[in-house]
Amino acid sequence: MLQNFIDAYSPDNLRYLFGGLGITILVSVVSIIGSFIIGSILGIIRYVKIKYFSAIVGFIIDVIRNLPLILILFFTYFGLPNLGVKPEIIPAAILAMTIFESTMLAEIVRSGIQAVDSGQMEGARANGLTYWQGLWHIVLPQAMVKMIPAIVSQFISLVKDTSLATIILLPEMLYRSQIIYGQNTNYIIPMFVAIALMYFVVCYCLSVLARYLEKRQA
Amino acid sequence: MIHIFQNYWGTLLYGLGQTLLCSLLALVFSLILGTLFALLEESPSKVARGIARVYIEIFRNIPLLVITMFFYVVFPLYVLKMNGFTAGTIGLTLYTSAFIAETVRAGIQSVDSGQMEGARANGLSFWQAMRYIILPQAFRYVIPPLGNQFVNLVKNSSTLAFVGGFDLMYQGNVIASSSLETIAAYSAVGVLYLVITMPISYYMRYLEKRLA
Repeated sequence: MLQNFIDAYSPDNLRYLFGGLGITILVSVVSIIGSFIIGSILGIIRYVKIKYFSAIVGFIIDVIRNLPLILILFFTYFGLPNLGVKPEIIPAAILAMTIFESTMLAEIVRSGIQAVDSGQMEGARANGLTYWQGLWHIVLPQAMVKMIPAIVSQFISLVKDTSLATIILLPEMLYRSQIIYGQNTNYIIPMFVAIALMYFVVCYCLSVLARYLEKRQA
Repeated sequence: MIHIFQNYWGTLLYGLGQTLLCSLLALVFSLILGTLFALLEESPSKVARGIARVYIEIFRNIPLLVITMFFYVVFPLYVLKMNGFTAGTIGLTLYTSAFIAETVRAGIQSVDSGQMEGARANGLSFWQAMRYIILPQAFRYVIPPLGNQFVNLVKNSSTLAFVGGFDLMYQGNVIASSSLETIAAYSAVGVLYLVITMPISYYMRYLEKRLA
């Protein structure tokens, strides 16, 4: 058993697995940045209630939020080619993750803004700021502070969800571990231990960060 | 998309049934497990708290798919043969129970501490007070987040497609590859998922507003 572990963690295999970790992190970071920007914009649009527009955006957000991410991955990777766009695997994965996670963030942003006391906006308006100035300079900074823990836990989900992209053959950790233990079934347990540990370390660090931010804010 | 429903309604309904069955089973078991671990975390015993903490951290920080694959690939080799549906449901139960434990714990903590003190002062043991005084009050706060967990559960049950669980997502793939109408097939599957998840999440939002 021990020999299996030693053989499975050969330098070549480890390098291959860590390459997968690199792709997981790459996809996660790009999707985090993208979904944070798009999610904030969508959340604000939903909050400010522009006639018809906000309602339509809100409905689309709700539809995407309530679909499984795997389905969205399939849509981007297998569905888009039918419409004449053929994305590569990594961009397709990033696109799907960004679309899905930005709707999740939009909800967090919207409820975060709503949690700010309405007196803040009234005060800002009474002091001569326009609605958008009040939103940008007074309400949003306070809302952001409140939202940070929820946003970080959403990013933890995002990192974990990148594993679902193995279904479109994204060469990340889980996919690569399957290739390694596909060659030698003795490596199955060592590989599961390795990827579980790698995910755990990444996600646990993020959740410690989330808890720290939560405490500091309280 | 309508002809997908017409041609494949049997397959789609079967998939929907499997998805619902798996979600409901996982909900019931993860509710039991989750409440148990939430109680352990709130218990006076240091060992119990440690066990609960480790359990929750492990299953919260490892992707669902890795857990499910573990039960599908590793478990049958050394312990017990199981089909994709069972492996998927077990994975989903363990994964969700960690989140439910956190939710229930937050619910317990939101109950005023005077309730526990009052119960203890009236002669109830810690566990009696939990069972009869704290938990009934905690569950009222916990219902909206639990509903959202159920929505997540239904969505996450699509990991069954990886392990041959014959759920909605799996059938969607089958239909997409046999009809060659990828977008129509996945849209049909999407509609069926939304039929389950949208009403629940709207109702939970309504409940949240009413409780707040």
